[in-house]
Amino acid sequence: MALLDAKNIYKSFGKTEVLKGIDLSLQKGETLALIGSSGSGKTTLLRCLNFLETPDKGTITVNGETLFDASVQKKMSDEEIRQKRQHFGLVFQNFNLFPQYSVLKNVTLAPTLLKKGTAEEIHDKAVSLLESVGLKDKMNAYPCELSGGQQQRVAIARALAMSPDILCFDEPTSALDPELTGEVLKVIKQLAEENMTMIIVTHEMEFARAVSDRVIFMDGGVIVEEGTPEEVFANTKNERTKQFLQNYRQNEY
Amino acid sequence: MLSFQEQLPIVLNSLNTGFLKTLYLFLVTLAGAIPLGLIISFGSMSRFKPLAVLTRTVVWIVRGTPLMIQLLIVFYFPGLVLHNPIWGGDESGRFLAAAVAFIINYACYFSEIFRGGIQGVPYGQQEAGQVLGLSKRQIFFKITLLQMIKRIVPPMSNEIITLVKDTSLARIIALQEIIWAGQSFMKGSHGISGQIWPLFFTGIYYLVFSGILTVLFGKLEKKLDYFKT
Ligand SMILES: Nc1ncnc2c1ncn2[C@@H]1O[C@H](COP(=O)(O)OP(=O)(O)O)[C@@H](O)[C@H]1O
Ligand SMILES: [Mg+2]
Repeated sequence: MALLDAKNIYKSFGKTEVLKGIDLSLQKGETLALIGSSGSGKTTLLRCLNFLETPDKGTITVNGETLFDASVQKKMSDEEIRQKRQHFGLVFQNFNLFPQYSVLKNVTLAPTLLKKGTAEEIHDKAVSLLESVGLKDKMNAYPCELSGGQQQRVAIARALAMSPDILCFDEPTSALDPELTGEVLKVIKQLAEENMTMIIVTHEMEFARAVSDRVIFMDGGVIVEEGTPEEVFANTKNERTKQFLQNYRQNEY
Repeated sequence: MLSFQEQLPIVLNSLNTGFLKTLYLFLVTLAGAIPLGLIISFGSMSRFKPLAVLTRTVVWIVRGTPLMIQLLIVFYFPGLVLHNPIWGGDESGRFLAAAVAFIINYACYFSEIFRGGIQGVPYGQQEAGQVLGLSKRQIFFKITLLQMIKRIVPPMSNEIITLVKDTSLARIIALQEIIWAGQSFMKGSHGISGQIWPLFFTGIYYLVFSGILTVLFGKLEKKLDYFKT
């Protein structure tokens, strides 16, 4: 059984149809790269999974439990949504760290408020997460004292502290200077090796190819192509995918 | 005629009494205008458009006209136009009228500052809290509130120091605040007349008071300096 099953997801903003029937399933431990040009609906899809947007149609199932079903009329309570979204974590493009808290407190805040263990357990876990993203020595610093790459690594540790089943990344390196992307990608790669289940929206094609088990190419709110990195990046038969990848290669020079 | 040494204690005594009234008006205005300002700021941000338009129009009118006129209207309108002198003619009535005018006026100024502070916190902060599973309450109190406070402290301190000096406008409806007390020695009071120095001397009170507030707000700003939004 798949860990995540999202079926027939539709989402419009006013008259703009952004997602037009997305089917997405994910095995436990799988790393999925989601690529596509800007405006194709990648962010919206991640936001739907994290309950920041409500799909107009479709279902979202995790571990066999239906978290969302648009055909059910009843509006979910805040409490229900909060429970359900804890299956997912989301790392934002621009980090969104809490500026008034130290690095350590950024990581411990949510588990502490939501009573995910004793203070000691939460602290120890946070420290070991910070160690794994290479920022243990910065744990008492404030976000404004960190580089973008360091901030993003804290944001990853913060998301992991809530032990999500599936961690989503929305262009985690797009806001970074080129020389800082490497350190963040390294952390994500390390997570992939530890079999964290992840959906990564990225424009770093080399990285996507290296790190993912499966690639999805989205365009105009639909999934155009889906396959292994080899199938999509090296041997695509699809004209739109070819066009998209070609544009990328051109831009790289 | 009394010598300066003899005048001084009499004048200071009278100015102190006037200053207490000034201070009282200042504190009552803050106590009323801060909560009312919050309510008005919520109104001006309401998703219910007519309410937002109405509150913003009121704020625009209040901020676009002199506080002096507002004081006169609040004080005289009920009695002279509606023939219903709700304030009464005595000192406590004048104080009440002044307090109402000041609270309304300052609430409108504060509401704009609050609105800026609330809307200035990036929406991503709320969303970051949401995806971690925090409740709206937790997000407000643990994440956004302090960031709002940091944003509103500098403009609020300006506004509050302006209020110190604006309290003198209540002189126009003969509230017995410190300017009134200082001026009384020109016409004659407590056996002193024709003296203008007491009026000038009131400036010292304002200076000291606003100086103390400047230092306090400076400290508060410094305290919030450890993070950047
Ligand atoms: N809250 C919103 N309101 C209106 N339109 C939106 C909103 N969010 C996204 N869109 C529109 O949806 C389309 C897809 O956006 P997005 O999901 O951000 O794409 P991507 O992440 O692939 O660049 C864009 O045309 C965008 O303008
Ligand atoms: Mg996007």
